[in-house]
Amino acid sequence: MSRVESAVRPRDGLAVQHGRRARAGSRRGRVAVLVALSLVWLFPLYWMLVTAVSPRDDLASGRVGVLPTSLDPGGFSRALTQFPVLQWAQNSLAIAVVAVAITVVVDVTAGYVLAKHRFPGRSVVFLLIVATLMIPVQVLLVPQFDLVNSLGWVNSYWAVIVPRSAEAFGVFLARQYFLSLPDELLEAAQLDGAGQLRTLWSVVLPLSRPLVAVLLVMTFTYRWNEFAWPLVALRDPDLYTLPVGLSFLQSQYTTDYPALMAGALVSILPVLVLFGLAQRQFVAGIARSGLK
Amino acid sequence: MRRWATSYAMLAPALLLFGVFVLYPLVGAVRISLTDSTGIGRARFVGLANYTAMASDPTFWRAAGNTVLLAAVSVPVSLVLGLGVALLLRDRIPGGGLFRAVFLAPYVISGVVVAMAGRWVFDQNVGIVDRVLAAVGAPQPDWQSDGTAAAVSVVLVLLWARTGLAVVLYLSALQGVDGDVLEAAELDGASPWQRLRDVVWPLLRPTTFFLTVMLVIETFQVFDIVWVMTKGGPAGATELLVTYAYNQGFAARREGYGSAIGVVVFVVVLAATALWWRAQRASEDEL
Repeated sequence: MSRVESAVRPRDGLAVQHGRRARAGSRRGRVAVLVALSLVWLFPLYWMLVTAVSPRDDLASGRVGVLPTSLDPGGFSRALTQFPVLQWAQNSLAIAVVAVAITVVVDVTAGYVLAKHRFPGRSVVFLLIVATLMIPVQVLLVPQFDLVNSLGWVNSYWAVIVPRSAEAFGVFLARQYFLSLPDELLEAAQLDGAGQLRTLWSVVLPLSRPLVAVLLVMTFTYRWNEFAWPLVALRDPDLYTLPVGLSFLQSQYTTDYPALMAGALVSILPVLVLFGLAQRQFVAGIARSGLK
Repeated sequence: MRRWATSYAMLAPALLLFGVFVLYPLVGAVRISLTDSTGIGRARFVGLANYTAMASDPTFWRAAGNTVLLAAVSVPVSLVLGLGVALLLRDRIPGGGLFRAVFLAPYVISGVVVAMAGRWVFDQNVGIVDRVLAAVGAPQPDWQSDGTAAAVSVVLVLLWARTGLAVVLYLSALQGVDGDVLEAAELDGASPWQRLRDVVWPLLRPTTFFLTVMLVIETFQVFDIVWVMTKGGPAGATELLVTYAYNQGFAARREGYGSAIGVVVFVVVLAATALWWRAQRASEDEL
């Protein structure tokens, strides 16, 4: 490359300068396109917010414009007092946090073994786990429900948490990530007398922050957002997670849009904050897992 | 020998969870699909009757057609849109991180909320989209009662929800594209379009492959968005294989038939992924 550069630079100095100016111009154009697209992308969320803070009567008469006519906190207060939104949020949080703890431990351990150990049956185990990605949730609902029922878990958090702790994409991601770790490092640890678990804990894990961040964020998001399985596994409305509860509100109270949209906004706030905080790590983790 | 034991001991939690809660229920689903189970009383073994019934069930074919059409439309558009945004975001742009977050946001919020937002924006009576269309004198589709309009609204909402993943993956792949290679191509007089087609696009092939697999799998399993937006209606216009499987298995209590549909979806997606994987491997060997 340096040979090309030195051959090219003196002769094309002007052209390069011209190119830079053209690029600055096109950059302004690109930002303009991005801004326009972003406005379209954000609009549905913005519109939910406008709806949530508008007086109920304005919506029915179609008086709400791009800016709300007046600010009315009623939507939020009705969402939180008339519907058990806070109870649902609490359920969602408990389920997501416990599920994340289990899933991350399982994913990291399994991914590590599948990437770095050699043992008979390794590729079969890996392929079986990856194949479960293709199973539509709907096909498992009935037999999973029967199973959970016979374990006596129906109407408990465990019914939602445990069957979903087998997270194929997380195992896959962890394995891809660990493949990039040098074997010599692990062998050195073993020569120093570290056992398998110790190697994983004190050598591999400290190098795996981006991976753990991705798994945390991803699993939390999956569990927090999950719909079909909690819909089936939870019978008692007080145990509903937010998406299940909201879906019932959506079909039952279709007139109180401000409250409905306020509840929806409350439910997406935690994942938006989490992603905002972890975005950099998330992208780095995905990139280092070789998914590109 | 002891090492194998260690490996399997460390895999035990995963093996237990996948075995008991995924593979065992999968076998259970296949078993149910061979019966006339209604969830109540004793089920009768009916052999492949549920599978043969699918062949002459127009709603099944409609749902299958809708599912394939949805994948055929939404996956390429997501890829192109995602790559386009990623290219715009590629160089250091003021507020780049913010733009990225904007496109990723719908991807991380729940399908139920995505669908609620979609329904509200596309409401045929008080929805903002129809009001904007009316303001500019354009026709206002009946998003909830017209089949084609309902399907269009589902596709748009799905694109909104999923393009963020393509943006993020393409963006991190583009960071790996060597700037020197592009500059050399530029100095050789390659137009931006030529550089994209002949230099960038081939380098992005692994990402495109991975995204295509992910998005197709997701499309075949889209449930919450469609369920909350349209429940498969009006008149089956937005019925997908998984919503139909759920409708049959739960609402109509035909557990056997619902399970059979689910099994078919699984086998088709698995086979398609395996074939696609092979093709990818083969073309990589050529390079």
